[in-house]
Amino acid sequence: MRLVVSLLTGSLFGLGLTVSGMTNTAKVQGWLDLFGQWDPTLAFVLGGAILPMLLAWRIAAKRERAMLGDPIPAPSEPVIDMRLLGGSALFGIGWALVGLCPGPAVAVLASGGLAPWIFFAAMLTGMALWARIAP
Amino acid sequence: MIPADWIWGLIGGLMIGGAAALYLLVAGRVMGASGIVGGLLQNAGSNLWQERAVFIAGLAGVPMIYGLLNGFPTTNLTSNWVLLLIAGLIVGFGTRMANGCTSGHGVCGISRFSTRGIVATLTYLGFGFAAMALFRHGLGIV
Repeated sequence: MRLVVSLLTGSLFGLGLTVSGMTNTAKVQGWLDLFGQWDPTLAFVLGGAILPMLLAWRIAAKRERAMLGDPIPAPSEPVIDMRLLGGSALFGIGWALVGLCPGPAVAVLASGGLAPWIFFAAMLTGMALWARIAP
Repeated sequence: MIPADWIWGLIGGLMIGGAAALYLLVAGRVMGASGIVGGLLQNAGSNLWQERAVFIAGLAGVPMIYGLLNGFPTTNLTSNWVLLLIAGLIVGFGTRMANGCTSGHGVCGISRFSTRGIVATLTYLGFGFAAMALFRHGLGIV
C-alpha cells in the first residue's frame, strides 16, 4: 500500500511539473531573471502548490497519525544555521546556472539526449559528497 | 487576459500540492525531492528505499508517458556539459546540506509556516536572482 501511495504521489508530482511548464528550464531561468524578460509563471506554480498543503497541514494538525498509521512528521526546530543558509545559497546558484532543481531534474530524465543524465549523475555525486563529509 | 502559461502554472501547482498533501495525509511523509533522491544512496533494498524508488519511477515515468503521447515538452536544457556538471554538483550538495529544496522547504515548509522552510526559500531565491543577474547580464554564460 505504501508503495502504491508513493508511486501515485511521484506520478502526480511529475504530471504537475510537466503541465506547469517547470520542466522547461527557460521558464525557470526566466523567473530568476529579474533584470531581463522576467517570467512570473513559477510564482503561480509555487502558490498553487502551497494552497492544498495549507489545508493538508491544518487537517494533519488535528490528527496524530496519517491514514496508513505513521506519525505526522514533527515540525523542525527553528534553527537557522550555516548549514541551512550555505546549502540554500549553493542550491540557488546551481539552480540559476542550468534551471533545474531536484524534482524537475528527475522529471526531464526521459526528455531525450544525454544532458539530463549528466545533470542527474552530477547531482547524485553532489549528494553523496555531502553525505560523506556531513557532520 | 491572463496568459495561458500562468493558468497552466497554477493548475500544475495545484497538482504538485495535491501530491504533497496525499503523501502527508496518507503516508505521513513530507514530499521533498532532494531527500527522496538523496535517500536512494542509503539503505539500498530497505522498505523506505523501495518507497523512494517507486516515487522516482512515477516522477520520471509520467513525464515520459506524457512525452510519448504528446511529444516531450521542450526543456531548453543546455548541452554544455561543464555547466551541467557544475550545476548538478552544487544543486545536489547544497540541497542535502540545507536538508531540502523547492518542494520540501518551498512547498511543504512555507505552507506549514516553518521558519527554516521560509528562510531557506528566501535564501535560494535571493542567491538564484543574484546568480542569474551575474551569469546572464554580467558574464553572459547562461
